[in-house]
Amino acid sequence: MAEAAPWSADRAREIVKEFVELEGPMMPLLHALQEEFGYIPTGAVPIIADLLNLTRAEVHGVITFYHDFRLEPRGRHLLQLCRGEACQSMHSEQLAQKMLKKLGVDWHQTTSDRELTVEPVFCLGLCATSPSCLIDGEPHGRLNIEILTEAVEEARAQ
Amino acid sequence: MTRIFIPRDVAALAVGADKVASKLAAEAKARGLAIDIIRTGSRGMLFLEPLIEIETDGGRIGYGPVAVKDVASLLDSGLLTGGAHALRIGRPEDHPFLARQTRLTFARCGITDPVSLADYEALDGWKGLKRAIAIGPQAIVAEVTNSGLRGRGGAGFPTGIKWKTVADTPADQKYVVCNADEGDSGTFADRMIMEGDPFALIEGMTICGVGVGATKGYVYLRSEYPHAARTFTEALRVAREAGYLGQNILGSGYAFELELRMGAGAYVCGEETSLLESLEGKRGIVRAKPPLPAHKGLFARPTVINNVLSLVAVPTVLDRGADFYAGFGFGRSRGTMPIQIAGNVRYGGLFEAAFGLTLGEIVDTIAGGTLSGRPVRAVQCGGPLGAYFPRALFDTPYDYEAFAARDGLIGHGGIVVFDDTVDMAQMARFAMEFCAIESCGKCTPCRIGSIRGVEVIDAVLAGIKPAENMALLEDLCHTMKFGSLCALGGFAPYPVMSAVNHFKEDFSPRALAAAE
Repeated sequence: MAEAAPWSADRAREIVKEFVELEGPMMPLLHALQEEFGYIPTGAVPIIADLLNLTRAEVHGVITFYHDFRLEPRGRHLLQLCRGEACQSMHSEQLAQKMLKKLGVDWHQTTSDRELTVEPVFCLGLCATSPSCLIDGEPHGRLNIEILTEAVEEARAQ
Repeated sequence: MTRIFIPRDVAALAVGADKVASKLAAEAKARGLAIDIIRTGSRGMLFLEPLIEIETDGGRIGYGPVAVKDVASLLDSGLLTGGAHALRIGRPEDHPFLARQTRLTFARCGITDPVSLADYEALDGWKGLKRAIAIGPQAIVAEVTNSGLRGRGGAGFPTGIKWKTVADTPADQKYVVCNADEGDSGTFADRMIMEGDPFALIEGMTICGVGVGATKGYVYLRSEYPHAARTFTEALRVAREAGYLGQNILGSGYAFELELRMGAGAYVCGEETSLLESLEGKRGIVRAKPPLPAHKGLFARPTVINNVLSLVAVPTVLDRGADFYAGFGFGRSRGTMPIQIAGNVRYGGLFEAAFGLTLGEIVDTIAGGTLSGRPVRAVQCGGPLGAYFPRALFDTPYDYEAFAARDGLIGHGGIVVFDDTVDMAQMARFAMEFCAIESCGKCTPCRIGSIRGVEVIDAVLAGIKPAENMALLEDLCHTMKFGSLCALGGFAPYPVMSAVNHFKEDFSPRALAAAE
């Protein structure tokens, strides 16, 4: 996956300006900032507030409401493991516990080498091929610990 | 040149469709065989994915589930002429899983290249829109009302009434918003349409725009569906270039523009007012109703907000007429419902049928019981806020009212099957935990009640005053059900209380086992 760009206030301002003319620009511009920097650096908050004529508190409030938006950088790779009921019916909770133990992390945490972050996700729409996950946005279904481990290793090797 | 169809649906990709496609291309090249691989949506027979289909004189012949290692032997067996092989299923439409269905909404899904206008037109695409333009706004709304179509998102509100309210409300700007925030576990119909037949959604929304006088539409899609976002974005571009969107649709004088917007992982944004807040760029906090979105919706303008499946049913209603659509169904549930069979099942996938099948027929006959081969113990219908049904209720007809009469809901059409290894107390606890994670925080019963719910269930299982705590849990569920603004806090009691009522034996204290 694409490497995140280092923080630049000028670049952030440029990105936000691309969206200000839209109706309801906040969500698209937050996605764009996170796409660029890998997270939403706190330095972006006053820039958004200024260009959208909002308070910094309002901007912070929006960012922290949504699970996807991060105020801290994450690992180079992202594993989103499904915890929805359909996956649970195929024993995804046990699978997740095994994988987390193997990686030495808990939900929302990043491995000590900063390579991989594990996030829970509640349904990927892959409910008839469960348990399922996304690794760097790529789908994997009918998982067991062997298939999942191999897929994670493959992503980390890239 | 033999045409080979391989799904690009994310469920097929999750089990290796891309790898099969590239292996097939390489192997054919090595053997000097001329093939043309076309990527389609999925037929919805997800237990057969990756399902590949070959065009022959006798129609398409399917093979599945195909693994990379099967490619060579398939070609050896005469794959390109539909030769015999252990994975050959014959004509997909003759397969019992498909043959039993009534496909109106999913008529094209899995057959066509999702972003090919020629494919869409060849299978009745844009006919509904053309008729809609010909008959005009009032007749469009009347047609949708008479079809009996009800909101497929979960609430089952009559679509025509919603449209009429917006049509009758004067404003400088009106909107059509599509709720594609398909967050319910066990559901994937919206996703399959957006990946497999996206023009149908564009057509449905455009018809709605013409019908109610809205010139701008938004599709709010959940971020967990990046593949759907890519396909839909491509479809929007193609439709716009061909004049199906824009300032003067097909030269009719009607204008309609459509934009895709992404959510950011908040389940509550599937609730319509929370979704509107999110589209406006705010925290997805639920609004009190009234005012209804039909009066004051997006940016306080009259707004039709419909689920993907409701909007995709509309082109059929306009093309074939209200009577045709209303001719399917059961009681007050008219038309067809794309049922999504998921979880621990042998034959999981999308099954579109007229309302009225019993839950037992769906689970035992169509889904073929569990994948694990163990007995079916519980079936959760309608997503994480839907009730768990035991076998004793398998005679319930699949219909909005019949499910409601048994304290359940069909919701968005998801059915998740569990075998006898399921721990229903843990599932009840999970429902509360999920509600706590996803609560928008506006209502106390939902925000605090869900956390208390987890604590109370933990107390019961730890053997701490179990009888008192069970009574407290019931009381808490009652408060959440009647004291929450939206369905998140209001419906979380359904899975909890159905687990308590139908699977009471799972709520006995297990302090000793837990302590070890």
